[in-house]
Amino acid sequence: MTVRLLSGRALILALPFAWLGLFFLAPFLIVAKIALSESALGVPPYAPLLRWTDEGVLTIVLNLGNLATLVSDSFYLQAYLRSLQVAAISGLLCVLLGYPMAYAIARAPANRRTLLLILVVLPFWTSFLLRVMAWIGLLADTGVVNALLLGLGVVSQPIALLYTDFALYAGIVYCYLPFMVLPLYANLAKLDPVLLEAAADLGARPWRAFLTITLPLSVPGIIAGFMLVFIPAVGEFVIPELLGGPEAQLIGRVLWTEFFQNRDWPMASALAVVLLLLLVLPIAWFQHVQGRASR
Amino acid sequence: MRRGVGRFGLFLGVGYGFLYIPIALLVVLSFNDSRLITVWSGFSFRWYVALWNNERLIDAALLSLRVAAVAATGATAIGTAAGFALARFGSFRGRGLFGAMVAAPLVMPEVITGLSLLLLFVALAETLGWPGERGVTTVTIAHITFASAYVAVVVQSRLADFDRSLEEAALDLGARPWQAFLLITLPLIAPALAAGWLLAFTLSLDDLVIASFTSGPGASTLPMVVFSALRLGLTPELFALATVIIVVVSLGLLLALKLGRVASARLGG
Repeated sequence: MTVRLLSGRALILALPFAWLGLFFLAPFLIVAKIALSESALGVPPYAPLLRWTDEGVLTIVLNLGNLATLVSDSFYLQAYLRSLQVAAISGLLCVLLGYPMAYAIARAPANRRTLLLILVVLPFWTSFLLRVMAWIGLLADTGVVNALLLGLGVVSQPIALLYTDFALYAGIVYCYLPFMVLPLYANLAKLDPVLLEAAADLGARPWRAFLTITLPLSVPGIIAGFMLVFIPAVGEFVIPELLGGPEAQLIGRVLWTEFFQNRDWPMASALAVVLLLLLVLPIAWFQHVQGRASR
Repeated sequence: MRRGVGRFGLFLGVGYGFLYIPIALLVVLSFNDSRLITVWSGFSFRWYVALWNNERLIDAALLSLRVAAVAATGATAIGTAAGFALARFGSFRGRGLFGAMVAAPLVMPEVITGLSLLLLFVALAETLGWPGERGVTTVTIAHITFASAYVAVVVQSRLADFDRSLEEAALDLGARPWQAFLLITLPLIAPALAAGWLLAFTLSLDDLVIASFTSGPGASTLPMVVFSALRLGLTPELFALATVIIVVVSLGLLLALKLGRVASARLGG
């Protein structure tokens, strides 16, 4: 009986284990390998790590040049730093905008909450690219915002909004806001109202009750939401490409250029390896917090 | 108290205004006869006609729908198995690695997932001769891989707050484990499977970055075509496309909500 059960379990495990092992884990090993190869002209455009020399000896040629370039060339260093900075600021902006929303939804009458939550998620189910496009329509020199400002006489000629940091942050916050609101809502909805009543009975004003009870208890929700915005935003490509200025060389964009324009696969791989190393700590921390929260 | 409600109303107004003003703009502009964003020259369906006649966009949309349907089905199979294993198997050898492999695609930057899968396909083609050409198959495999992680999370969380006494009753009454699974567990987690499938379908339909890395010539998905069009500038046809998608998604969500209500009413919930 137990043997049967075990083999049933093994069968269920085998499919996802094999699939993810082949298509998720193995690719990273290949990326690491190619990051250590020299770039070469040809298809594929990199040199093999293991080579037979003329004397028939198998040699391994490790090229640390790519990684060295990443560390020494300030262009790449800047791109990493700016990506982390933009992602962190976007995460904070999402907290500032998403917290009041999540709080208001959690305090709304129960029969309205489902609708309010669906309205938060609905944009996420529609096309990401087309939502970014809407911001081009809003912020372009000939766009809606500039037309309004010109029409109201606030400005005499269009102000540059598109291809600026403003557009970059607007786009990221707009696209990632649902990832902030949902975990925060889940957290705030669990808060026992008895705690707030007790605080009120003891004479605390609403603000004080919020600061001493609600806010501290919602910290895990804030962390979860922040990480869900921060981590994907670090490697974001589409939004900086379509809304950001030419100086918004974030790491996702740099990697894309190295790969698609320069066809330097080893460099792109080295960029990916370092990006992954940068994100391992936040990801591990996120999973730790999530694991504790779900227990 | 009234003041409190008003303050929350302001929070909601700002948040939902931010979320929906751009979407409203897309819808309004799709009916604008003029090509210019800021000139309203009358109500018209001409961009919908243009969209219908845009073969490149329609072909790409059909391709994307096909890829998404297959990818969502594959991801639901793999994700359900993974979610079930994580929720039910307790500790087993390799659980740490398995859990990490299931959770990591959720937070992995798309450029890394895309690049690494492409390099895998190239390495496989070199050593095994497969896949000979990148295209629909490789994009579908890539989408199954990252979407199965989302399905796993949905299924796992559904199983986590699942009343196991029903399964135990079935086992006590002599059902074999697989019978208990098929007759009790599966019907009860069916809504989670449907939600997971839809999520995987949407993620696949929406993905630009991973598809760009893993696709090949002749297999351009809808986001790839839209992206290359967007680089050249806005066209009202894309507003019409956005409006179609928004309408379909809204109707789908409404339907899901109705069905969910019917289901929970039937279960006495």
